[in-house]
Parts: sequence; structure tokens; C-alpha cells
Amino acid sequence: MIGTRLFRRRRARRGSRLRLGDLIDEILAGALARPARAVLTTLGTVLGLASLVATLGISRTAGNQIVERFDELSATQVVVRSAGSGGGQGRSGPALPWSVEARLDRLNGVVASGAIADVPNPGQVRTVPVIDPTGENSRTVPVVAASSGVLDAVRGHIAAGRWFDDGHVSRADPVAIVGADLAAELGITRLDLQPGLFIGEQLFTVIGIVDEALRDRGFVGSVIIPSSVAAERFGVNRPERVVIEVDLGAADLIALQAPVALSPNAPENVSAAAPRTSSASRDAVESDVNSLFLLLGLVSLAVGAIGIANVTLVTVMERTGEIGLRRAIGAQRRHIAVQFLGESAAMGLVGGIVGSSIGVVAVVGVSAARDWTPVLEPWLPLAAPIAGAMVGLVAGLYPALRAARMEPVEALRSSL
Amino acid sequence: MTQLIEPPQVDPQPAEPPPALIELVDVSRTFDSSPPVRALRHVDLRVERGEYVGVVGPSGSGKSTFLNVVGLLDRPTAGSYLLDGDDAAGLSERERAALRAARIGFIFQSFHLLPQRSALENVMFGALYQGVPRRRRRQRALESLERVGVADRASFRPSRLSGGERQRVAIARALSAEPSLLLCDEPTGNLDTANTASILELFDLLLSDGLTIVMITHDLDVARHTHRRVSIIDGRLTEMPAAVDAMGSPTWST
Repeated sequence: MIGTRLFRRRRARRGSRLRLGDLIDEILAGALARPARAVLTTLGTVLGLASLVATLGISRTAGNQIVERFDELSATQVVVRSAGSGGGQGRSGPALPWSVEARLDRLNGVVASGAIADVPNPGQVRTVPVIDPTGENSRTVPVVAASSGVLDAVRGHIAAGRWFDDGHVSRADPVAIVGADLAAELGITRLDLQPGLFIGEQLFTVIGIVDEALRDRGFVGSVIIPSSVAAERFGVNRPERVVIEVDLGAADLIALQAPVALSPNAPENVSAAAPRTSSASRDAVESDVNSLFLLLGLVSLAVGAIGIANVTLVTVMERTGEIGLRRAIGAQRRHIAVQFLGESAAMGLVGGIVGSSIGVVAVVGVSAARDWTPVLEPWLPLAAPIAGAMVGLVAGLYPALRAARMEPVEALRSSL
Repeated sequence: MTQLIEPPQVDPQPAEPPPALIELVDVSRTFDSSPPVRALRHVDLRVERGEYVGVVGPSGSGKSTFLNVVGLLDRPTAGSYLLDGDDAAGLSERERAALRAARIGFIFQSFHLLPQRSALENVMFGALYQGVPRRRRRQRALESLERVGVADRASFRPSRLSGGERQRVAIARALSAEPSLLLCDEPTGNLDTANTASILELFDLLLSDGLTIVMITHDLDVARHTHRRVSIIDGRLTEMPAAVDAMGSPTWST
């Protein structure tokens, strides 16, 4: 008998138990007992988290949009100039050479390189030998001297014909590449007839039309001639700048190496400009947009938390009889606390999921309207529901405590 | 009573008699209000398994406090209470909760059914804190509904049930936890005579299955139905004479 009693006592010491599945059922039943109220309660959390997700997403998207081109082009570009001034020709002492490809392309990280100089006062550009007083067929347009690697270095694209090569350069062939805009103005549409072009009094053969040059948009409105020809006929002896296309991430290194490679005797006379790091500029853009809306989102989240706390407190008071009943059928105080904490956390979680979804849709919607690429941190839509649940949990702390503290005898006095 | 002091030859367990289900010794419960309310004063009561005890008395006499103490919802301020041999005073809150879950079923005057849930769900609720798997709770709930005769109302919400049906569902909820003691606080207080009679019939049925019932009532007709009556007046419990009328069958003296 004593043994039975001890056994019985030990069994009792385990305390009453609530299975996890039953707890989840009870939490859902409690939270959904008044669906309209649950929806209204979660609204604050929904709004708060939706605005937070939308703010972070849209600012990220906008920031990314602004720096996207920058990233793509500038991060892989290094420009080398003579120190002190933009122009190189006519200067005494060591300066930039034309033969940059041979010096730079062997550097690890260099994709393409080319030297460029503007031809000063080239004279009018015409397609006919006669100087037309009406100016119909003549234009005053920029003429650019370029080395053979320039096309790749500026990410140019040839629409028709070809770019000049090292052979053209070494022979100083009088050939010219015409920008697509200029070609249209001059009426050059086909190259198989080897159309001629006069720059001032000099005759050139047009061998190619360039319709795109991402790093130097001036190309599409210019005439480009080989550097050797420019030196011979226009006296352009030195390039003004060297454009280098580098691998992503190699810009800083190449900016250090290029001056030495180009001007080994006096590297201090040339300066290389590496791009600003993209993350810095992106952060700058984002922080401008963010702070105000983030504050707004946090405020509405706090309001949402207060809403949940308020309603849960009212619910606890209303369900006093139920709390008494639960205690009577064996619930411990912690069971009651977990019940109400669970209910408020569930409301917060649902609010977080809905809010997060609305936020993501808002980001996509704004992006679609602005023709942007939506960019969202992958953790954000996942973190938002967790944040919602945490808000619910914190909001439920006080009401759950009140519920757990109720004396079962008192609680049973109120009806259900 | 005489059986207990008889020589132990016939008793298979001579060392110790089986403990009474309820044993209150000199129990008092005083509420620390000003002035202090002495809801129970020096109550002694022993209830054996299978007894059917009616507790009568005017309102405010301490009946409910008595039931709360017996039901482990309240602690006596003095005296000792043994439930099935376990000293309730020495139990932690956890253990008291476990005992409530396992041994005690409560029946309330206002039924205390959850309005949002069906009769079946309400009955399943009864064994919620026993850690019984849901499927078994459902099985037990269906059996309990069958036992109290409202199996056909299993899917109904309480608002669609009559008062008698509601109390039957509440009884089924208590039964689904498979208690050894049923504590009823004015179970027929909200019912008409016909429903009262049928609930009392149901209690007789449960008694024949070995359940112990302690019922508070202020209705003497209902009290007459029980096998043993005690009265509480001003916190003092006194045994009432058995022969109130012919209906009382004095089982406690056998």
C-alpha cells in the first residue's frame, strides 16, 4: 500500500501535461474564435511590417537602379591621364604613349585597353570633295584619334564594316570609322562602295560604322581615325587618355600598375582614376530614402503591438470563465500563459506573413511601374513574419501574465 | 464503522485499510478580508468510494468553498485534506493540477461550455491537460456522449442545445477525463423539473459504475435523491439524519 502510494505520488509530481499538437490546436481555436477581431487586431502589425518591407525593398531597388549602370561600366573601368592637364600632345618630357595595348594587355586583370585623343581643329567633314557653300554635306564634328584597342576598351559595337587594326595603324592607312549618328547625317548607308570622307582637305575611306560605345557616347557622333594617321596628318602625337577595361574587382590594382606600365620612367606624371566603390554610393542612396520610412514602419509596428496587447487583454478578461474552466480540468498557470502568449504570437505571425507579402507586392508593383528591377534582400520576407511573431509575443506578455495569475476559484465565477 | 475495528482475518490487506476517497480533518478556510471571513470552520468529513453525498445549506454558508477545497482549486488555511490517501496540503501547484486533471470532474450550474465549439469538442476538452493523444480523447468523448445520451448532438454548438442537453454534454466532458470523483455545484440549478429528474437519473447510472459524487444543492428535493446528506451552515458541516424520507437509501451505514 505504501508502495502504491509512493508510486501514485510520483505520478502526480509529473504535473498535468498538454501535448504540443493540442496546444497548437487550442491556440488556433482561441485566436480564430472571433475572426473579425483577429483580423482587426493584426492590422497594425500588417501595416507596420508591410511598410517596413516595402521601404527596405523599394529603397534597395531604387538604389540599385541608380548604381546599376555604374556598377556594370564604371567598376570595370580605369582611365589614365597625364597628370596636371587633360591634353598630352605637345608636352615635353615623358607622357602617355600610343602603344598602350602592348604595355597594358599583359597585365593580369586588363581585358582591353586603348588610347584616345581629340584631334584639334580638324576642319569640316564632308563626303564630297567640293566645299559646298550651303553646308549641306559638311559638318563640323569631333574627330577622334584612337589606337586599335579602343573599340573593346570603350565597349563599342560595329554596326557595319570593321574597326581598324594594327596593320592600318602601322601603315598609317587613311581609313576612318564613322559614328552611326554622323553616318546617318552624312548619308553613308553602305560600305561596300568604300565611301570617301574628307576631313578638312584629307581624304579618308570609311571602313566601319560604330553604333554604340558605352564608355564614350561621343563616338556615335564622331569620326574616328587611327592614331598614326592623326599623328602624321594632324600632328596629334600623344594620346590624351587611356581607357582600360578591367575585370571586376581589378580596378584598384590596375590603377596602381597602369601608370608604371605606361610611363615607366616617370609614373608620377600620369594619374589613373579607379571608380568609386559601388557599395559606398549605393549605401548613400539608400540611407537617404530609408530613414524616414523606416521610422514610419517602426512606429506602425509599435502601434500594432499596442493593438495586440490591448485586444489580448480584453480577450483575457472576457475569457475569465474559460480560464477558470481550464484550471479546473487540470491546466497549470504556465499552460494558461502559453495559451495566450501563443495566441498573440500567432496573430503577430499571421500579421507578419500578410504584411511581408503586401510589402513584397508593393516593391514589385513600384518596380513594374518604374520599369526597374525589383531587388529585395532574401532574408527580408523571411525575417518579417518572425518579427511579427516577436511583436505578438512581446505584446502578449502582460495579458498572458494577467491570465496566468488568475485564481481558478475567482475565474470560475464568471460565466463563459 | 464497526467493520474497521474488526479483527483483520477477513481483510486481504490487513496492514492498512484502503484510504477514503475524501478525508477532511479539522479543515478551516479563512479569507483574509476585513473583517476576515471564516468560510469553513473545523470541518471533518470522510467520503468513501462510490458514495453519493449531497451538500445543502443556504447561500453564503461556505458550500462553494467546501467544494473548491475538495476539488483542489483552493487550499485550506488549517487542517488536513487527504484525497485518495494523498495529502493535498503537501502538493505543489503542478501536482494539484495533475490530480485535478486525472481524478476530479467538475459540473457547474451554468454548464461552462465553450460557446465556439461543438458538443464533441467541448467533451474532448475535458481530458486536454491529461496529455492524452487527440484520437483517444475523441474516442473517449464519443463514448461519454453516448453514455449521457446525447451522442446525436455531437456536432451541435451549445447554443443549439437545450439546458438539459447542455448539462449532459458538461457531464460527458467530466466523464471523458475518467475521474474518480465528480464534484457538482448546483448541477440542476438552471434546469426544469423534467431535466432535473433525468440528470439525477444519469447520476444514479454513473454511481452504479463506481463513480463518487459530491453535489452541492440548495434544492431539498434534489438533495433527497442523494444517499447521504451533509449541511453547511456558517462554515460548519454537520451530518444530516438519514431518514429524511423513504428515497434516501442509507448506504453509508452498511
